[in-house]
Amino acid sequence: MASETHAAEAVSSCVDSHGSALGMPQLCGDWIGNQVFWLVITLVVIFLVLSRIALPRIASVLAERQGTITNDIAAAEDLKRKALEAEAAYEQALADARVQSQAIAQATRDEIKAELDVALAKADAEISAKAAESEKAIADIRASALENVEVVAKDTAEAIVAVLGGKADSAKIAAAVSNRLKG
Amino acid sequence: MATEAHGSEAAAEGSSLVFHPMDQFMVEPLFGDGAVGMFTITNSALWMFIAILAIVGLMVVGTSRRAIVPTRSQSIAELAYGFVYKMIEDVTGKDGLVYFPYIMTLFMFIVSANFLGLIPMSFTTTSHFAVTVVLAMAVFLTVTILGFVKNGSKFLGLFWVSSAPLALRPILAIIELISYFVRPVSHSIRLAGNVMAGHAVIKVFAGFAAIAVISPVSILAITAMYGLEILVAFIQAYVFTILTCVYLKDALHPSH
Repeated sequence: MASETHAAEAVSSCVDSHGSALGMPQLCGDWIGNQVFWLVITLVVIFLVLSRIALPRIASVLAERQGTITNDIAAAEDLKRKALEAEAAYEQALADARVQSQAIAQATRDEIKAELDVALAKADAEISAKAAESEKAIADIRASALENVEVVAKDTAEAIVAVLGGKADSAKIAAAVSNRLKG
Repeated sequence: MATEAHGSEAAAEGSSLVFHPMDQFMVEPLFGDGAVGMFTITNSALWMFIAILAIVGLMVVGTSRRAIVPTRSQSIAELAYGFVYKMIEDVTGKDGLVYFPYIMTLFMFIVSANFLGLIPMSFTTTSHFAVTVVLAMAVFLTVTILGFVKNGSKFLGLFWVSSAPLALRPILAIIELISYFVRPVSHSIRLAGNVMAGHAVIKVFAGFAAIAVISPVSILAITAMYGLEILVAFIQAYVFTILTCVYLKDALHPSH
């Protein structure tokens, strides 16, 4: 097919009679003015929309978010510091309580010991009093026993003398028995 | 001529294997079928409007709640904001942040046009040199004028490599000058070329799908290409934006 007939059939210099492109549509001069015109309009509209509305808005949102994050981190650090302080206070209170409890225990122990000492002393005194009393009782018993021995010895001596057929002089016998017992 | 002849012959024969990989890039009026004038509302204009709507939806409606804990759409908007902001800060420096809305406009337009172009039956506005050349020339002119306004004649120091031996400097100056003026060309053709090539390849694979034996392979290839195109859509927007930042850095700090 010759290119001359072709050109004659074509709708324009870029489109053939079948509605297909002749060569590269990109190089078709007929459309350039139209494309450039609408492109410039498009770019101006996009530029205005972006620079007037979209970009300042996104910038403010990003700044706001950055601010929020910074604030939140600061608040978190503040809370962390408070928690540490509370922990320290708790530890301090715990240590104080331990010291105090030890002091109370010591005081109680001392008190009980003092009471115990008093009771022990009292008991000791009572025991020694009881012992002294008992000793006195024993001494009395021993003394009375010796007396009894003397009486029994005199009686026995008088009885023996009487049996042997003598007339017993009780005074003499008593003296003799006392002598013997002493000796 | 060869492609024209091939395309029309194939169509005329009415065979099952018809390739029109470039038809998707045709600009057509939306209403009626007259000629495309300056102010005609075309499919190209429609998809630019849809790009505006997408950007408004994401950046304005999506962030309307101004939530401290962002919703999904607000999160994406903040991500895009932070991405471009950080890029300018890293590449251009703190003093480049004044131009943040301009660079953000470029990035948002290119990235949304690229992704909208991946919707089947849509029109990819960034696949046209008319569009990318306007974007690249806007960057080139802005950066050049800005360089002279900010630095005066010192901006020419960009071409005078003072660290090189004196004898080499004039030669280097010519090379630097050429590379400077090639910038808008490479800047624009890189974007449109990448987007166009990917879309055309997908269309070619789609043409092969008409043959029953090849169609499973063809559909797999389309799927793989589509995945690649998703990557390209973002990477080309990123590359365009970061090159803008680099050129801006040259304008603000022309010393090497």
